[in-house]
Amino acid sequence: MNQYVLDFEKPIRELEARIAELREHSKPADAFTAKEIKKLEAQVVRLRAQIYAKLTRWQRVQLARHPNRPYTLDYIERMIADFIELHGDRFFGDDPAIVAGIGRLEQQPVVVIGHQKARETKEKLRRNFGMPHPEGYRKALRLMKLAARFKRPVICLIDTPGAYPGIGAEERGQAEAIARNLFEMAHLPTPIIVAVIGEGASGGALGIGVGDRILMMENTWYSVITPEGCAAILYRDAANAPQAAEAMRVTPDDLLKMGIIDKIIKEPPGGAHAHPDAAAQLLKQALLQELASLRRISATQLVKQRIEKFNRMGVYLE
Amino acid sequence: MEWYKRTNKGLEPSEKKELPDGLWIKCEDCGEILYKKELDRNAKVCLKCGHHFRMSAEEYIRLLADDGRFDEFNAELRSTDPLKFKDSKKYSDRLKEAMERTGLNEAVRTGCCSVNGMPVVLAVMDFSFIGGSMGSVVGEKICRAVDRALQTSSPLIIISASGGARMQEAALSLMQMAKTAARLALLSDAGIPYISLLTDPTTGGTTASFSMLGDLNLAEPGALIGFAGPRVIKQTIGQDLPEGFQRAEFLLQHGFLDAIVPRTELKKQLSQMLHFFINRKRKD
Ligand SMILES: [Zn+2]
Repeated sequence: MNQYVLDFEKPIRELEARIAELREHSKPADAFTAKEIKKLEAQVVRLRAQIYAKLTRWQRVQLARHPNRPYTLDYIERMIADFIELHGDRFFGDDPAIVAGIGRLEQQPVVVIGHQKARETKEKLRRNFGMPHPEGYRKALRLMKLAARFKRPVICLIDTPGAYPGIGAEERGQAEAIARNLFEMAHLPTPIIVAVIGEGASGGALGIGVGDRILMMENTWYSVITPEGCAAILYRDAANAPQAAEAMRVTPDDLLKMGIIDKIIKEPPGGAHAHPDAAAQLLKQALLQELASLRRISATQLVKQRIEKFNRMGVYLE
Repeated sequence: MEWYKRTNKGLEPSEKKELPDGLWIKCEDCGEILYKKELDRNAKVCLKCGHHFRMSAEEYIRLLADDGRFDEFNAELRSTDPLKFKDSKKYSDRLKEAMERTGLNEAVRTGCCSVNGMPVVLAVMDFSFIGGSMGSVVGEKICRAVDRALQTSSPLIIISASGGARMQEAALSLMQMAKTAARLALLSDAGIPYISLLTDPTTGGTTASFSMLGDLNLAEPGALIGFAGPRVIKQTIGQDLPEGFQRAEFLLQHGFLDAIVPRTELKKQLSQMLHFFINRKRKD
């Protein structure tokens, strides 16, 4: 993994570098250096808590996009046993921007679906930066229906800057593919748990985002459009993205207050990008917990509650 | 509930191509100078080239509802600016201004009416209200229209004209896509038909939710229909878009529309389609 450091993380990284340096230069360690290291480590914890307690919405967006953050396959590798990826929509092709497959969450067989980003240039292009085409949504739906037929729960991991705006995508019905997923997911007779693990932008995110429980990891964002897209349209310049992120209220706390999500999943101190293993454990625990509570509800009741859940979303004056 | 008949107040042109004396209007497509009254009589379809001028919700209601009778419901629902959103202008001011300019409370009107004797629930969007964008109110009114169709076992017709989700309501507007689609799943499960008519333009979150979910998806000739807007696509791919891209004819060719229906034929064809779904004696 590369050494990508966000501006506001720099003071923490500097302290960590000093600790590493002290360790390196005091072998064998003397009592004085050991004490100094302990002091610095305590300082790191305090500083990190301080910085993370006061993140702006834009900083949260930057964290959600951190290239060291675990992506769908990174989580699958850490949470799902015996995972087998399944491909293709049976109509046109296989979209690498969405991965889907079967595996086990502890003892429970599940279908897992998620947007997939990448870190290296070539792979980024292959994954189309996590921006799906219609065949991605149709593959997702095909496997959700498979899950429903065999009474297996569905887990959807959201991490996309949006559905791809291109000629082929429009020719093959991007809008229809997303609309169809919303419609079918609404009455799919099996539990669906959705977790935003990075970026959640627009219908491209929602296209695999209708579920019984909607969770967001702590350093993620979710909204109707990217802050850059909003800024370009409403503020005449994409450079105003930080302002747009504030105005749209894109953080997990905001969405919890809006009544859109059910729960925020805490990340390890320093964020999922610093501790992917611990982050995956926290996500897994949250999924298991939700699954346990959903398992007791009949499929008919589940669908009824799911449609009601979305019907409550929105604020208006009568 | 109040049955009423709208007085035939002067129709407003959808574009500013009106000539000074207000009696004549230039076709934005072929350039023909048209007598406004004649254009209105032809459902705002150019008599020379067939270009469909944009219409308001009021005009569609008058076109389709028998005797212009429309029992509107939930007309009082309003947006509240829940996020206290502000860009160059406050969202609350934008709303106020749109209400004053259009005389509407929101970007969709919903109600019951008859189409050639067939009772239906009709929802019509109006592009002149903040670009027909979908916020909490549009989502709620669409859902309540679905509920009315469920309660009365009447077919549902939605006429879309929308730039997509309303950014000023951010995630709340995004969720209206799921909310309306979910409600339509209930309608579908109950075996009640839904006909969607997409008019110029229908893009973004509206297309990617209820507009594309009709048992029949219809469109007006030449209507721009898509997920991403053409400008965004052009910017992303860095090349010009093919001729006719994202027009109704393009969508029909690619298999996403059941039919393109000229507005002058709309009421007749809708009524024929409704009779396929519902057993009822014809009155036309
Ligand atoms: Zn003309």
